[in-house]
Amino acid sequence: MALLSNAAALLGKEVRTEFRSRELLSTTIVFVLIVVVLFSFTFDPTTGESRRFGPGLLWLAFLFAASLMLQPCFLREQTNDTLSALRLAVGDPFAIFLAKIGANTFFLLLTEILMLPVFAAMFNVSFWAELPLVLLTLLLGSLGIATAGTAVASISTQARMRELLLPLLLLPLLAPILIASTEVTVGLMQPDPVMQWKGIGFLAVFDVVFLTALWLFGEYLLEE
Amino acid sequence: MAPAAANSIGLRFEKVEKRYGAVYALRNLTLAIAPRECVALAGRNGSGKTTLLRIASRLTRPTRGTLEFSENSKEKTPSVGFVAHATMVYDELSAEENLLFFAKLLQIPNRKERVAELLREVGLAERRDSLVRTFSRGMRQRAAIARALLANPSLLLLDEPATGLDPEATSWLTEHLRKLRDAGCTILMSLHGDSEVARLATRAVRLEAGSVAADTHSGATFQSVFLFSGN
Repeated sequence: MALLSNAAALLGKEVRTEFRSRELLSTTIVFVLIVVVLFSFTFDPTTGESRRFGPGLLWLAFLFAASLMLQPCFLREQTNDTLSALRLAVGDPFAIFLAKIGANTFFLLLTEILMLPVFAAMFNVSFWAELPLVLLTLLLGSLGIATAGTAVASISTQARMRELLLPLLLLPLLAPILIASTEVTVGLMQPDPVMQWKGIGFLAVFDVVFLTALWLFGEYLLEE
Repeated sequence: MAPAAANSIGLRFEKVEKRYGAVYALRNLTLAIAPRECVALAGRNGSGKTTLLRIASRLTRPTRGTLEFSENSKEKTPSVGFVAHATMVYDELSAEENLLFFAKLLQIPNRKERVAELLREVGLAERRDSLVRTFSRGMRQRAAIARALLANPSLLLLDEPATGLDPEATSWLTEHLRKLRDAGCTILMSLHGDSEVARLATRAVRLEAGSVAADTHSGATFQSVFLFSGN
């Protein structure tokens, strides 16, 4: 109970400070917007081509945006050594990870939901009929990115080459998420949409495995 | 308001060693601190004072050796208040928001009243709604001290707590620490030179190159620990 109460308090703080500064959200949204617009100009997609490579480009943009977003999540805590204060205050360090994962998933989802109409317009695709399934894919994909990304961000923050280390560790680690999310999204963009439950199952298993690993070993990642 | 009586906690560092790569921060250090003791740590920069405090707070794990809390402490996990070099408060939150946030994490009952009381005591009541990033160094330090005192800790660790404080705030800190010490709180603090706060100490320990070089209780040799520390 204390774990959830602490995680909720921490999540509230993350959301409050971000909406106060809007540093992460504005940067990420602008980044994804630029990537989506550049891709659409570069490839001049017809609807058929869009359905083939559009989802891949979209998830690639989300992945790069996530690596921008994840970098500061622990770096911010270094400014005044607030991470130490959190470790002293919470009984279970997993509460810190839960809150960071929750906040990163929320910010990433917000970016994705805002960018989805832009992508649909630029690439001339429509998947509104399958919106609940698209949102489920976005949720599971974002949760996977945020979970693995938060773990890697906590490691890279303590390294000297942290700006380089995060994408170097993160991008290969998230390749399975990228592939599964892309395949599911491609299925949903077809003229006769197909839900690939195998892909959804894979995303769910990925999320559960990483959450469990963080629950078991997260404490060691936060140590000095 | 006088601080509530705290559970007394003793500490025992047994052959503690801490290495950062090839550099030794602490070497084979053995030090026992009795419950209710107020210990001043002295020593040159890099002598291991901060590392010792961070190990005592359990934020840092020793490379070798053990840290034990006294068996007669009532709490399984002692409540630790830590004032470090960094303020450990969020720049993007106000002083009140910071304290309310940490009070919530620490599950302090009547937290609004406790936070209001501490803000008044540290002299930040009028600036309670200002963001910490607009504060001077001294005001940030006051916020840091208020955060450390939130839970009426049974063990208080202070790393040069008077840094940035004006004489009035230093006097308040000294008086508050005196009350905490008298209420049974164990205090371990690193200090630069003999000062108003140092006079609270019932024992002074000088570290040199990560080991205890001098250990004395109040008396004729007490001040020499600071004089020889080179600070």
